[in-house]
Amino acid sequence: MIDLVDVSKSYGKGLPAVNHANLHVDKGEFVFVVGSSGSGKSTLIKLLMKELDSTSGQITVSGERLEGMKHRRVAKYRRKVGVVFQDFRLLRDRNVYENVAFAQRVIGRPTRVIKKRVPEVLQEVGLAAKYKSFPDELSGGEQQRVALARALVNRPDILLADEPTGNLDPKTSEEIMKLLEEINDRGTTVLVVTHNKDIVNAMKKRVVTMHDGIIVSDEREGGYHEA
Amino acid sequence: MRPSTIWFTLKQGIKNIKRNWMFSIASILTMAACIFLFGIFYSIVNNVNSMTKKLEQEVPITVFFDEGTTQEEIDKIGELIKVRPEVEKMEFESAEEAWENYRNIYFDGSDAAEGFKDDNPLVNSSNYHVYMNDIEKQSELVQYIQGLEHVREVNQSEEAAKTLGSVNRLASYTSIAVIAVLLIISIFLISNTVSVGISVRKEEIGIMKLIGATDGFVRSPFVLEGMVLGLIGAAIPLIGLYFAYSSAVKFVFTKFSVLTSVVDFIPVADIYRTLLPVGLALGIGIGLVGSFWTTRKHLKV
Repeated sequence: MIDLVDVSKSYGKGLPAVNHANLHVDKGEFVFVVGSSGSGKSTLIKLLMKELDSTSGQITVSGERLEGMKHRRVAKYRRKVGVVFQDFRLLRDRNVYENVAFAQRVIGRPTRVIKKRVPEVLQEVGLAAKYKSFPDELSGGEQQRVALARALVNRPDILLADEPTGNLDPKTSEEIMKLLEEINDRGTTVLVVTHNKDIVNAMKKRVVTMHDGIIVSDEREGGYHEA
Repeated sequence: MRPSTIWFTLKQGIKNIKRNWMFSIASILTMAACIFLFGIFYSIVNNVNSMTKKLEQEVPITVFFDEGTTQEEIDKIGELIKVRPEVEKMEFESAEEAWENYRNIYFDGSDAAEGFKDDNPLVNSSNYHVYMNDIEKQSELVQYIQGLEHVREVNQSEEAAKTLGSVNRLASYTSIAVIAVLLIISIFLISNTVSVGISVRKEEIGIMKLIGATDGFVRSPFVLEGMVLGLIGAAIPLIGLYFAYSSAVKFVFTKFSVLTSVVDFIPVADIYRTLLPVGLALGIGIGLVGSFWTTRKHLKV
């Protein structure tokens, strides 16, 4: 599902943000990417989203080679990859339903499909009752659920989560992680970048640790190690 | 594009206009000024053209012949003039007809002309009235006719031809210059309005990009915004000008009734047959160019 072969990314003359990284993630896997600030985790997500181009190496996601991908192909590619962020990135002037429907609208889904699919996905994330609420009327956990619903509404093959619990309290973080696990159980490959030691240690999933752009460890049912 | 997507794009475009209403109004007003001036110059140039054409056909060149020129030779000269491309039509006036016309005009109702009895004082005044289809070629034609054998004199209204020609050219050049400057200002203002819209919606655009919106989808509300601004900016002056034109024509004929026989304005419906589609297309076109150019420049999608 995700293949990185000797991937590097440099921004300037200093150390590369990602340095000769090799990573293989199978379909349906749940992977944590951990590491301190500046270790290259976010750059990795940006490379996978094709927000950045690698300096060298090969990246293949869901059967598509990212280096040299034509600009007009990028939009189609991104529809296969859902993404959520620490700051939720919701549209403040639209309610829950409209925020999720927006993701379907931009890929040209007809209204009748949107009307059927949006309530379904809101049900999945446990927000069906709050579809009329605006982001500012919701708690942090609820906002992250909306972001998750938006990422999932187009049924992506892969879900990338960049610090999804960074702004949440421990209890809400646990709930969001549980939700990510359920999403993974339904067959979506999930890759989570996080700092949250407790959750990583509790969930016993695959853990990839990065330090100064290098993947220093990759453990099945691993834990959070300070590099 | 699906109807729901078109509707969504349309709503976004209108929303952009409302959000930046001050910039939108500035764009509309500049566009309106541009199209208004375009309309005025278009009307002036067309009316001057039409009047020139009318004069071209009404003011003839008169050709007189040497004393003793036979009718056969006069006919020959007529044949040579008639084949010239700039000649619309020509009429022959015999010496008798010339004297008759002169009498009618200058001795109308008086007995003074009776003194001449049967002596025609204009015995050598048989002539051709040559009407042209392009008054600017008058000098050329006059030169040609003067070079013909047995031609004594050629009378022309050179000043009228020159003045009309230069008025027409001046109006055309001035209008082109003014419109060009206003076009540039309009494009700049529309571009500015659209870039404000882009900066306000930066976050939304970022989200759209991440969830797989195509370049066209992201850009189309902004391009539409520019086109709507252009359309409104063109429609307002065109409506205003329609009524202003009719009123101006009425005003000229009421206040300067002496002009009724001299000038003949083109009816507003005839002017608008071209001005309306061209004006609207110009407005929408400027909006399209301004916004498309800006989205290409500022919207790295």
